[in-house]
Amino acid sequence: MSQDKAATTTPKTTGHNWDGIEEYTNPLPTWWIWGFYITFIFTVVYWLLYPAWPIGDKFTKGIPGLHTITYTAKTADGKEVEKTTHWNMRAKFMHEMNEHQADQKQWFDKVAATSFEDVSADAELMQFVNSAGKTLFSDNCAPCHQAGGQGKIGMAPNLTDDHWQFGGTYDEIHETIAEGRNGVMPPFQDTLEDDQITQLAHYVLSLSGEPHNPALAATGKTLFTGAGICFTCHGPDAKGNTAMGSANLTDKIWLWADIVGTTGQEAKVAEVKRIIAGGVNRGVMPTWEGRLKPEQIKLLTVYVHDTLGGGR
Amino acid sequence: MKHDKIERNLGILLVFTMLAISAGGMVEIIPLFFIKETVEKVEGVRPYTPLEQRGRDIYTREGCYLCHSQMIRPFRDEALRYGHYSLAAESKYDHPFQWGSKRTGPDLARVGGKYSNDWHTQHLIAPRSLVPQSVMPNYPWLATTELKYDDIQDRLKSLRRVGVPYSNSQAEYQRNVEEFGEDVAKTLHIPDAQKNLEAQAQSGNYDTDPSNITEMDALVAYLQVLGTMVDFKKYDDDYFVKFR
Repeated sequence: MSQDKAATTTPKTTGHNWDGIEEYTNPLPTWWIWGFYITFIFTVVYWLLYPAWPIGDKFTKGIPGLHTITYTAKTADGKEVEKTTHWNMRAKFMHEMNEHQADQKQWFDKVAATSFEDVSADAELMQFVNSAGKTLFSDNCAPCHQAGGQGKIGMAPNLTDDHWQFGGTYDEIHETIAEGRNGVMPPFQDTLEDDQITQLAHYVLSLSGEPHNPALAATGKTLFTGAGICFTCHGPDAKGNTAMGSANLTDKIWLWADIVGTTGQEAKVAEVKRIIAGGVNRGVMPTWEGRLKPEQIKLLTVYVHDTLGGGR
Repeated sequence: MKHDKIERNLGILLVFTMLAISAGGMVEIIPLFFIKETVEKVEGVRPYTPLEQRGRDIYTREGCYLCHSQMIRPFRDEALRYGHYSLAAESKYDHPFQWGSKRTGPDLARVGGKYSNDWHTQHLIAPRSLVPQSVMPNYPWLATTELKYDDIQDRLKSLRRVGVPYSNSQAEYQRNVEEFGEDVAKTLHIPDAQKNLEAQAQSGNYDTDPSNITEMDALVAYLQVLGTMVDFKKYDDDYFVKFR
């Protein structure tokens, strides 16, 4: 249609003429002009509804009462108050969080009010624990403990087995998540001779049936329960102590020394020696209190204990 | 003035184009300098310590901002994943700010304290050893490159020029003691910058290797302070609404 128009009417020109090339001066399409005017109307409406004009050290916040947001806020001392304010992004955010919490509140309230054992026994509630727990775990725990909670040698323990560094009861797991942990072992390279550390390594490997030299392991045992003072943390039976997070050395679960991924007696001995000599100074689990809400920590505790596998 | 005249005169066209463009920018930006509520009144925000500041320099040098933002917007999904939305006050000492505009990796505005130092060190050396699906490049040289900090005083002096309250005189130090308390004020004193940097690197054990101060120490120290300065527990959870 526009082509027809062009063919039947002679457009006006601006009068500019460059080497015989003339510039048309067609009017803008009417719909476009109207669109332009509508943006002005939109702007004025916007001024009336939203924070807009700066005036001195303040700014207009829309016509009072015309466009408001009501939300429920929690004060620093835990009281809930309802407030109404002019429209702004942060009030809108509060309102959205209220709506979101309303969806989950009944479940989280139930988790908060119920004992660990009763949450675990409530099949319907556990459905919520499992889905919310999976999300919380992926966001916060998986970077160290990995996606399925299988842990990472040299970084973070496996959460799916029955061995628990700091204890696997509900209360112990809860304390671990809420307050964090700091697993440390002092280095022994300055207090023990190299061949003593070798003997200890053979003994430690013998405890879990790994390849070792029995003669060296026997000397290592006397060191372990004597001058090496290993027993003070790992216990005379080398079974560890969850109160201080010392490892059970008699099982086949390894966190710091990569025994599983190492083949050959020599390499395994070297791996254990590395830990005895250098110690462990990086077994840090961060504190989640403050970053997560108390009910989220409680839910995660049940998720880790029941779904991944707690102390049984 | 006739359109004709503007279009035929390049100089005038240039001046008018610039005026038109800057008017829009100025109208949006300048009022923020005067509106008192732009920067929220909140306790705890302080300039970075010398070690954190060097870490921040490395953060910008390596271009972390190209994939990581430091700006949690007041949206539900962002709050659920990253934590409390970012405040203007939290980046008031940032030059340049690291808000970013692109998230290939996650937002880092509140990464401080979320992971252990050891995690950050290993993750920066080889991200996929911890997060298999990550597309972040490896930064192994951070752990082996000794941190250059003989110029730390000059760096802090430059920041002081653009308004960051590092102290270079006893009077300025006293002012910082009043504003931030003695412990923080000590770390902001330019003449002690070298000493403070070394002390923090030694006590913080950021790259889990206490034998030397590497770029890893500085970068992890910086990452561990991100978003941790304001204690949100002290405030009503809608306290920051009234500033908007």
